[in-house]
Amino acid sequence: MNFRHKHILGIEQLSADDIRFILDTADSFKEINSRDIKKVPTLRGKTIVNLFFEASTRTRTSFEIAGKRLSADTINITASSSSVVKGETLEDTAKNIEAMKPDIIVMRHAASGACHYLAERVDCSIINAGDGAHEHPSQALLDMLTIRQHKGRLEGLKVAIVGDITHSRVARSNLYGLTRMGAEVRLAGPGTMVPPGIERMGAKVFNDMREAIAGADVVMMLRIQLERQGKTLLPTLREYAKFYGLNTENLKLAAPDALVMHPGPVNRGVELSSYVADGAQSVILDQVENGVAVRMALLYLVLGGEQAQ
Amino acid sequence: MKILISGGRVLDPTHGIDDQLDLLIDNGRISHLGKNLQAEGAQVIDARGKLVTPGLIDLHVHLRDPGQEYKEDIVSGTRAAVAGGFTAVACMPNTKPVNDSKSVTRYILAKAAAEGFCHVLPVGSITQGSKGEALAEMGDMKEAGCVGFSDDGHPVASGELMRRALEYSRPFGVPIIAHAEDLDLVGQGVMNEGFVATELGLKGIPWVAEAAPIARDVMLAEFTGGHLHVAHVSCGAAVEIIRAAKKRGVRVTCEAAPHHFTLTDEAVRGYNTNAKMNPPLRSAEDVAAIRAGLADGTIDAIATDHAPHHIDEKNVEFNIAFNGIVGLETALPLTLRLVADGVLSLCDAIAKLTINPARILGLESGTLEVGRVADVTVIDPELKWTVEAQKLVSKSKNTPFDGWKMVGAATHTLVAGRISYQR
Repeated sequence: MNFRHKHILGIEQLSADDIRFILDTADSFKEINSRDIKKVPTLRGKTIVNLFFEASTRTRTSFEIAGKRLSADTINITASSSSVVKGETLEDTAKNIEAMKPDIIVMRHAASGACHYLAERVDCSIINAGDGAHEHPSQALLDMLTIRQHKGRLEGLKVAIVGDITHSRVARSNLYGLTRMGAEVRLAGPGTMVPPGIERMGAKVFNDMREAIAGADVVMMLRIQLERQGKTLLPTLREYAKFYGLNTENLKLAAPDALVMHPGPVNRGVELSSYVADGAQSVILDQVENGVAVRMALLYLVLGGEQAQ
Repeated sequence: MKILISGGRVLDPTHGIDDQLDLLIDNGRISHLGKNLQAEGAQVIDARGKLVTPGLIDLHVHLRDPGQEYKEDIVSGTRAAVAGGFTAVACMPNTKPVNDSKSVTRYILAKAAAEGFCHVLPVGSITQGSKGEALAEMGDMKEAGCVGFSDDGHPVASGELMRRALEYSRPFGVPIIAHAEDLDLVGQGVMNEGFVATELGLKGIPWVAEAAPIARDVMLAEFTGGHLHVAHVSCGAAVEIIRAAKKRGVRVTCEAAPHHFTLTDEAVRGYNTNAKMNPPLRSAEDVAAIRAGLADGTIDAIATDHAPHHIDEKNVEFNIAFNGIVGLETALPLTLRLVADGVLSLCDAIAKLTINPARILGLESGTLEVGRVADVTVIDPELKWTVEAQKLVSKSKNTPFDGWKMVGAATHTLVAGRISYQR
């Protein structure tokens, strides 16, 4: 098939065929990552700018390695968000970078919709590396790749996503992707962290985390960020861990071969007990590994790569 | 100087007039209203097929003057007003400096008198600097020409201060105009809380952040006997609170903006900053409740909340874009859509743009009574036109209605007997 997306702004814009094609392409790139010489000339002469307005170690490094393994020149820019009245506007920042003729801008920004805003104003490809609480498409794709790798399929699986749904771009992107691929998505989280209308996006919402993970094939835990989410949403992390943390006990409710996932970084003892994070069912490091392959696939495909190599 | 508006369908809701009549203006006042009027040497406006109504009154606009003339000023704002059929606009005090003293009030009135295209009715601030701490000199400002008081843009957070404002304003016979918003409940919200906000990953503003302070203010009006006017009602719960209060006889009036009875939060999709305002566009149920409130008279008036902003303040990420849209040039056709949709009779629609706002602000205008100052709007109710944001008269172009096909427009706007606008 032909991949017709110039930008990757969100999973919302991708069809099931698109997702399958990206995952297949990523699969074909995985082999490169285990070679002695981990580099192919596919994107030689291409320039990729990683424009990050929010701190990120994992995602930025992953995109940078993905670009370098495809022989693209990658440049990292850490920028700070501006207000309307002071600082350079996002449009000006982007246009200045664009004037240096990059082929792709990979952007992370704290404002939901920032990547859509950019895509309407610049000519190069935009890949969303996370916009506010909206989407984080490469994360959802690497999650789906990891699930498919272990389960052989996505269709028909029961996937529980637990934690702060309201502020999670990971949850939204996975919700779009997994439902589109035929999986059942179950959500649970504190009453202050489940946004209104989320069931209209195709999810089943449970009050009790234990009901959500009962019989689940995948348990995906979300990172809790108390500093970002404000003091009114939770009493304490201790109580959060008690009701919404995954431990060896409640994990028994899930299918015996259930996968444990987390987009990282993990707050040990909060979202996950260390036993679970490091346990046999945890695929957290597979997620990170697959992240490079998925991002190689995205960089390759938005620049017009037509078939998996 | 005489002007004869001949052959139009004259609508004066105050006196139940809906008839094909001629209207004669002499020396700035309405001198005759009747059939087949003759007037030697009068300028004739042929109003056949058109509506002739009292001049439209917008009791909620932001003219941005003094201090933010790059967005709008008294000249451009009143020019936009008359282009939309308005002969009077009440301007909110959140200027720089705030209109919290008679000197600012006098500046506004002097500039409007010298250069404005329509009447300007200043609204003074309730509190000094609109800071919500101490009462402003309302008596002085009333004397200087203020028609009401509001901290619009900021809520009066203190219940005690709101109580005192309602008590203090009462003997001066002016309304307290409430911008109802619980800032704690609003938090970092940037659009209506609900499904669309959830999908877009934007922080929500729940309707209760508006309805809860309205409930408080309504009770304070009941308690004090002061006149509370609730600005820009946008949610069904607020309509219900006001409806119940009116039944109890509380002195409460309210207004709704055209965007709140026309658009839902779906308009935000695509992160459209021209669909960002405060209060935000709400759900379809809320829009239905606003329309029902207009229909049963709970909502007295239609007011635009005309809020011009420079393109640099809108052409940014959604969460940092400024709140507000321009509305003066689109309010009339959007109101006429309510008539076409069967929500309001034509007479009621015109009343909500004329006599009702006039009564709220204690004005003599809003009718076509003989002897009154001749503020008259001639409307072609069938005129089809398309909104082009860049062609708006207002200095600012921040409208969500760009490209909309409209039916109905003012063809002549007469302010104190002079043609201020002709289409």
